[in-house]
Amino acid sequence: MAYKRNIDRLPIIPAGAKEHNVTCHYCIVGCGYKAYTWPLKTQGTTDSNWSGEDLSKQQGAETAAWYSPSMYNVVKQNGKDVHLVIKPDVDCEVNSGLGSIRGARMAENRRSDITGTQQQRLTDPLVWRYGTWQPTSWDDALDLVARVTARVIDKDNENDLYVSMFDHGGSAGGYENTWGTGKLYFGSMKVKHCRIHNRPAYMSEVHSSRDMGVDELNYNYADYEVTDTIFLVGTNPMECQTNLFLNHMVKGMQNGAKVVISDPRRTVTVDSCEQVAGAENVLHLAIKPGSDVALHNTLFTYIADQGWVDADFIAKSTFQGDVAVPADSAYPASLGSFEAARAACKMSLADGAAATGLTEAQIIQAAEWIAKPKEDGSRRKCVTGYEKGIIWGNDNYRAIGSLLNIALATGNVGREGGGCCRLGGHQEGYYRPSDAHVGRPAPYIDQLIIAGGGKVHHIWANDHYKTTLNAAEFKRVYNRRSNMVKEAMDARAGATREELVDAIVAAINAGGIFSVNVDIIHSQIGQAAHVILPAVEAGEMNLTSMNGERRLRLTEKYMDAPGSAKPDCLIAAGIAQALERVLREEGRDAYADQFKGYDWKTEEDAFMDGYNKGNPEVTYERLRAMGTNGVLEPVKGFADGKLVGTNRLYEDGVFTRHGREDGKALFCMGEWRGWQAAGKAQQQANHRFFINNGRANMNWQNWFLDQGNEFVMDRFPVPFIQINPEDMAELGIKAGDMVEVYNDVGATQALAYPEPTAKRNETFMVFGAPNGAQGNIVNAGVNELILPNYKATWANIRKISDATPASAAVSYKSWEVEL
Amino acid sequence: MKCNRLVDVGRRQFLRGGVLGVAGAAAATVLPAGQAQAQTARAMLDYPSTKLANIADLKVNEPMDIGYPDAESPGILLKLGTAVEGGVGPDGDIVAYSVLCPHKGFVMSYHGADKTLNCPGHFSRFDCEKGGQQVWGHATQNLPQFTLRVDDKGDIHAEGADELIYGRLSNVLQG
Ligand code: SF4
Ligand code: FES
Repeated sequence: MAYKRNIDRLPIIPAGAKEHNVTCHYCIVGCGYKAYTWPLKTQGTTDSNWSGEDLSKQQGAETAAWYSPSMYNVVKQNGKDVHLVIKPDVDCEVNSGLGSIRGARMAENRRSDITGTQQQRLTDPLVWRYGTWQPTSWDDALDLVARVTARVIDKDNENDLYVSMFDHGGSAGGYENTWGTGKLYFGSMKVKHCRIHNRPAYMSEVHSSRDMGVDELNYNYADYEVTDTIFLVGTNPMECQTNLFLNHMVKGMQNGAKVVISDPRRTVTVDSCEQVAGAENVLHLAIKPGSDVALHNTLFTYIADQGWVDADFIAKSTFQGDVAVPADSAYPASLGSFEAARAACKMSLADGAAATGLTEAQIIQAAEWIAKPKEDGSRRKCVTGYEKGIIWGNDNYRAIGSLLNIALATGNVGREGGGCCRLGGHQEGYYRPSDAHVGRPAPYIDQLIIAGGGKVHHIWANDHYKTTLNAAEFKRVYNRRSNMVKEAMDARAGATREELVDAIVAAINAGGIFSVNVDIIHSQIGQAAHVILPAVEAGEMNLTSMNGERRLRLTEKYMDAPGSAKPDCLIAAGIAQALERVLREEGRDAYADQFKGYDWKTEEDAFMDGYNKGNPEVTYERLRAMGTNGVLEPVKGFADGKLVGTNRLYEDGVFTRHGREDGKALFCMGEWRGWQAAGKAQQQANHRFFINNGRANMNWQNWFLDQGNEFVMDRFPVPFIQINPEDMAELGIKAGDMVEVYNDVGATQALAYPEPTAKRNETFMVFGAPNGAQGNIVNAGVNELILPNYKATWANIRKISDATPASAAVSYKSWEVEL
Repeated sequence: MKCNRLVDVGRRQFLRGGVLGVAGAAAATVLPAGQAQAQTARAMLDYPSTKLANIADLKVNEPMDIGYPDAESPGILLKLGTAVEGGVGPDGDIVAYSVLCPHKGFVMSYHGADKTLNCPGHFSRFDCEKGGQQVWGHATQNLPQFTLRVDDKGDIHAEGADELIYGRLSNVLQG
């Protein structure tokens, strides 16, 4: 039976309850919410309450005067238990009152001692002692971190310190926390061996866009509402950017926009577009996996050959000449003029059709919808959204570059109803000193660790065990190396701090690794940690982030941190201060001086030290006043009591992201070259099933919390793999059976979910699960700039067990609505 | 365009009272006087027992419109044809659900071919054979299912619900 909360009544928010601005901290859309708090044992009444509605009556659809049990909890605020309701804000332009299956569970996914939710949250620093993790004070934990770290770093020699750190906003990211960690590792230190939360090196996911001069978040969401065509590439916004889809793309379709979707899989997005726009206005290009560059180059060639380009824009705003940037080890394709790119990318309809598996007619149709001028000769507006299908797909640099070529050629960047943007994962919130010392290509950290690199590893909300490629090998090696240190610590139980540090250093010099884990829960890689430091998320601290249209907002703190957990920026400050103290004790004064400047008391201090220095107009007070609508970055000024933002980038036709003085955008000269990353073609040849992988509506961006959420775990007790029913029958697999997915690099498990729309031999497995890591079967192949290619994975499938009782109880029906 | 997409029309029709088979609706609206003072702590206690239909009235896979706990809360009573967990009646196959989508409260329609309730609002769907589990969608709860009792005359009574119904902060409306 489906999980039910058996809650049939909720306390009513009283008039005068405290109201806080909240931006949903899960996905990049950053929907606006309001958090209401009020004292326990009090509530409003049906006729006197926060909403002004008569709550003795049934409220209609889309009412703001209702909230679900998932939007309610009891939490601590200034040490007292209070009621908490976090509900979508009807006045926020992003979501207009819509919640999603993720965001509308924010309240329920807060830690509560009263309702018992999220007991998995860390409350105290933990140190490995006597064979397990023992709670301890911040001073004690940070002292150990600093003493061990200080033994492996020195002035201008920090290469033995490896750092895995998030770079995003939302969640526990945001400007405060990227600055705190950034100042420590890129300011006080110059750490070169670092990586980002979801990939094995420290680099942009959209290098080519930036190199071409175009920031990847250049439009605003309203552009979807006024466009002629929405072109979606390797992205599934109905599930992954839900309210961008529902509140903006749907409006675009209702206003007559057509939709072109390039994705090997028929996603829920395809079905939803057909529901809204009518199937005749939706073109699904179910391309062969990895053939994106071929599709884009064929479209670009055809569109240019037809003359459906914006010649004025090309002349005024793009580079004239031949090659501007030649290809080399840092540039996986040359960049240059429109004509140079035309020559380099030339691909006939016949070749394009053969490479992508589409018909020539489909490609022509797509080109017409994207670029063909309207009957009256006017320009067609087209907005392009892309995400992990090409970011984590084949040939990242060229796939994104070739797509942006089309947008630039048709003058669809910096114009109303245009834009060529990634749709994104988390919100953004990056403010750090320069990372130029990391180099390009950046070091491939996970492979270096496998090869024995790194002595001390600081991990900030990264879980390599769930989200890396070649994960099976990584885990084997990391467990072994971190265990060497645990054993050394166990052998010195009862020793002084000095003796213990000596023992740890001996173990790391013998090949071990000392692992410090900063996170909100005890993660999987956290099982290997020696020190665990508890962090907080938005709402448990004040946090600023920007969404996928650069909309900057402040989420106000509405509850206390669990236990003694702290904002990451203050944890980073604590590490810096401990390092300074230890280095001084050791007489290393010059180096110690580098760790000065962290006397922050609050996250706001960190904000003022970082983001505000670069953006002096922006303060907490002003952001608070801007509410859930915030301001679109970059902020240009402050007038009439309001921050003044930037509605759309590049409206002046001057492109700057690459740093070129001429302000001209560049085109990408990357021809189609098949599988780019090592080992992909062989894996494809040797295994039956394509294991496409990605996210699911329910738990993407919040799975770490949802592993403790019954509503979610009841639906998918084990990560699913969608398989064509005929393939299942051939293999003797029934719905809900546990299957093993295995190949040359590893194995993982999943629950078989029949999906009639799946192509034969093409499956889809949910990525990043706590209990079935898809990364186990992804080989180590990356692009020239160490972008992982998670998508291109092949494996065989075998049944390992009948459905467990939990799996047998869930629904295996189609996800496509029937109206 | 199929009429199920015309959500607003559907909802208005319901609120106008264009619902068939709301056998116990009148009874349900007459609540005990003490109800108005009901406290949060008494949740799950105060449901009316409402006769919805007799087993003989039901045809397999043809939902009957109901209102429970009162006429303002639309639902369906359904004989699935195969026994399910939580099903009542001699065949263990009779279930009842709220049809207000727990996402934003649009009225859902029943799709007999796969026994799901489907939402025209934003395309969520719920499995009537699995206790109203959301198959895919935006709601943060599974569908409220009504507790049923069949008496010896074959009359089917609704006597409770297991999730909060959209649009009310108390399943049994409070004064
Ligand atoms: S769409 Fe994204 S930002 Fe909006 S509520 Fe859902 S998870 Fe949060
Ligand atoms: S109201 Fe049903 S999906 Fe939104």
